Amino acid sequence: MKASLRRLGLALAAPVLALVVAFVVTSIVLLLAGDPVVAVWTQLLTAPRPRLIVGIINGASVYYLSAIAVAIGFRMNLFNIGVDGQYRIAAFAAAVFAGQGWLPGPLNIFVSLLIAVVVGALWAGIAGWLKFSRGVSEVISTIMLNAIATGLVSFMLFKVADSTTGSNVTNTKLLPPSSRVPGFALISGTPNKVYGFVLLAILVGVTYWVVLNKTRFGYDLRATGRSETAAVASGVNVKRMVLTAMLLSGAAAGLVGMPLLFGQDFSYGTTFQPGLGFAGIAIALLGRNHPVGIAFGALLWSYLEQQGNGLQITAGVSSELVFIIQGVIVLAVVIAYEVVRRAGLRMEQRNVARQLSSDQPGHHLPEGAPV
Amino acid sequence: MSTAGLKAGAQVITGVVRRPRLSPAQIAIMVFFAVLIIAVLRVVTGAKDLASSGALAAAIGLAVPIGLAGLGGLWSERAGVVNIGLEGMMILGTWGAGFFGFHYGPWAGLLGAMFCGMIGGAIHAVATVVFGVDHIVSGVAINIIGLGAAKYLAARTFTGTPGGGPTQSPPLGELPTISIPGISPGLATLEKKQIFFVSDLASILGAFVTNLSILTLIALALVFMTWWVLWRTTFGLRLRSCGESPVAAETLGVNVYRYKFIAVLVSGAMAGLGGGYLALVAANIYRDGQTGGRGFIGLAAMIFGNWRPGGLVGGAALFGYTDAVQLRGGGSTVHALLLLLAVLVVAIGLWQILRRQRLIQGAVAIAAGAIVAGWFFVSETVSDEFTGMTPYVATLLVLALSSQRLRMPAADGQPYRKGEAG
Repeated sequence: MKASLRRLGLALAAPVLALVVAFVVTSIVLLLAGDPVVAVWTQLLTAPRPRLIVGIINGASVYYLSAIAVAIGFRMNLFNIGVDGQYRIAAFAAAVFAGQGWLPGPLNIFVSLLIAVVVGALWAGIAGWLKFSRGVSEVISTIMLNAIATGLVSFMLFKVADSTTGSNVTNTKLLPPSSRVPGFALISGTPNKVYGFVLLAILVGVTYWVVLNKTRFGYDLRATGRSETAAVASGVNVKRMVLTAMLLSGAAAGLVGMPLLFGQDFSYGTTFQPGLGFAGIAIALLGRNHPVGIAFGALLWSYLEQQGNGLQITAGVSSELVFIIQGVIVLAVVIAYEVVRRAGLRMEQRNVARQLSSDQPGHHLPEGAPV
Repeated sequence: MSTAGLKAGAQVITGVVRRPRLSPAQIAIMVFFAVLIIAVLRVVTGAKDLASSGALAAAIGLAVPIGLAGLGGLWSERAGVVNIGLEGMMILGTWGAGFFGFHYGPWAGLLGAMFCGMIGGAIHAVATVVFGVDHIVSGVAINIIGLGAAKYLAARTFTGTPGGGPTQSPPLGELPTISIPGISPGLATLEKKQIFFVSDLASILGAFVTNLSILTLIALALVFMTWWVLWRTTFGLRLRSCGESPVAAETLGVNVYRYKFIAVLVSGAMAGLGGGYLALVAANIYRDGQTGGRGFIGLAAMIFGNWRPGGLVGGAALFGYTDAVQLRGGGSTVHALLLLLAVLVVAIGLWQILRRQRLIQGAVAIAAGAIVAGWFFVSETVSDEFTGMTPYVATLLVLALSSQRLRMPAADGQPYRKGEAG
């Protein structure tokens, strides 16, 4: 009981430490730049209004999917930097298909989701295959694939662009009204609705947890991530696991744009939200690849972003300050985890040493034992 | 989550890989044939911009920031620290160049760019070397911080300045450029005559002696200096030993932390200088989002160049060239390059079949070549989006085809803690 309490304390110590560090560092930056520190924190820390709460939940649902996609790779020691390209190319493909409206409402949505999943998986699969067969680092190949996806999508977007809209914003054909996913009026006091696909994010989170923790495949995947040699020894085909994990990560990445597509934009265009993949990396780290931790991370990320939008008006500070806070939080969190891990290790070593010496009084520690 | 990641698929090279060394004569012959190919291609396809001095000058301009970022990557990776935070350090460099360049003149801007990049490097060094944080994670965080810090600081420092605003600085002073008086005009007239081979050579030489920014020369000097320091001095040997086997270095009395720290600081300064080039030379102004992912391309150029300065310059030149050709409305120029690509791929296919008895690979290559050739003959031009993808596709192909021949520092990306040497 006492040990588990201590473990919980250690687990919570790192995020709290990181938030404190981010607060201090940001305050120092503000002081150095001569910006109003108090006004900034008042804006960021006052309770958000109902409209903003909806925005926070909606934003978090998208970030959550992105972070889960990254986390699938992380659990297996794979860095899928390419979620950014995967979600854009998948959202584009799904938007093109859904916009045609060939199928009746719900079926159209379902098939579009399927297309997004398959396209995302295939795009990630290129990196997986390069690693599988040629030993190319997935970090580099996914960075390249992101850039290629950008070019490819913008090329195809101009090919299929819906020219009848009349504005200079380029986008795919709008979804037929029957294929849009209605939102929930969860929060009172605002006409804005929470995306219906918040449920999709929750479903993906639950699936992630079940597959990783309750199936043999999940066990193999985690084992490979922890120790490749041990996994090989227990009969895991590591190469095939690499490919599978990459495909799964890409499949999840394919879903990232779906809440936006079916709940807000109803088409894919040049204004489709960019940069979700990199946010996903940071959030997966914040949440330590745990489905609940990631949910908190996604909410925090979205909260900072929504609250930061008001910075310019209330404090006269550029809203990009939020990026600094987010970046410092990520860095502080990983450093804090490392520091806490080392501290925990030392604590355990001391415990063991104490027990050993009290069990056998007079018996000295073996040579070289950590004290 | 160690950056070293899974070893699956990685080919373990046993024995010593013999690296063929190129003699100056061989390099000269290669350059001769490269120019000859370009000359032939120009005549066959009529794409004039293929080797015009304008396109080449643009290519140099675009290659320098990529090369500087790659040089930054080289320093840190040679000491065993993976640096994908180059982009963030470069962004910090653009702001540094803008701020110090505006207030204290372009030379101060140069130093400011290096200083700001170095701050990014210092953060990376503290996180990875002192705290042993995963290198990729730290790099991602630095990219976020760099982007945010530059935009935030720009809004803070450039709002209300004459000609500046929240997203851009006022125009910056220019750094001197160099032309060699006697040669430049002569080469220019020679280029205009459109003589086969001679004009092509003249335009290439012309691009190197006309209106060359002093920073380009500094960058070239830095490449040479990097090679000399890393491969010809004791300091460099020790630094590289930290990237190959930090434990062995430690047992020999090398202070691994210190070398890694220095390497990452230099890395940040180089990347920052690359950002400074974009602001001071390429645009004469700081602008939000000026780097446009060049830090990542720099990293790719370094890998493309097999973690060596010479190869890195080649990679940067290739990327700069494709970029320049595209920017100069080069749909037709890239179209001409398609023919070259087709010929090259078919040649590789024939070589695979005839010399290495690999029928399937050869057949695939020849088929790919035929498709590219078909594309060349069917179409008139290549769309800009495809041109923009060229550097990335090239890097992917190089990685896919020759990953076995690339050799990164053995302990690159692995966390190291003092006292682990048993």
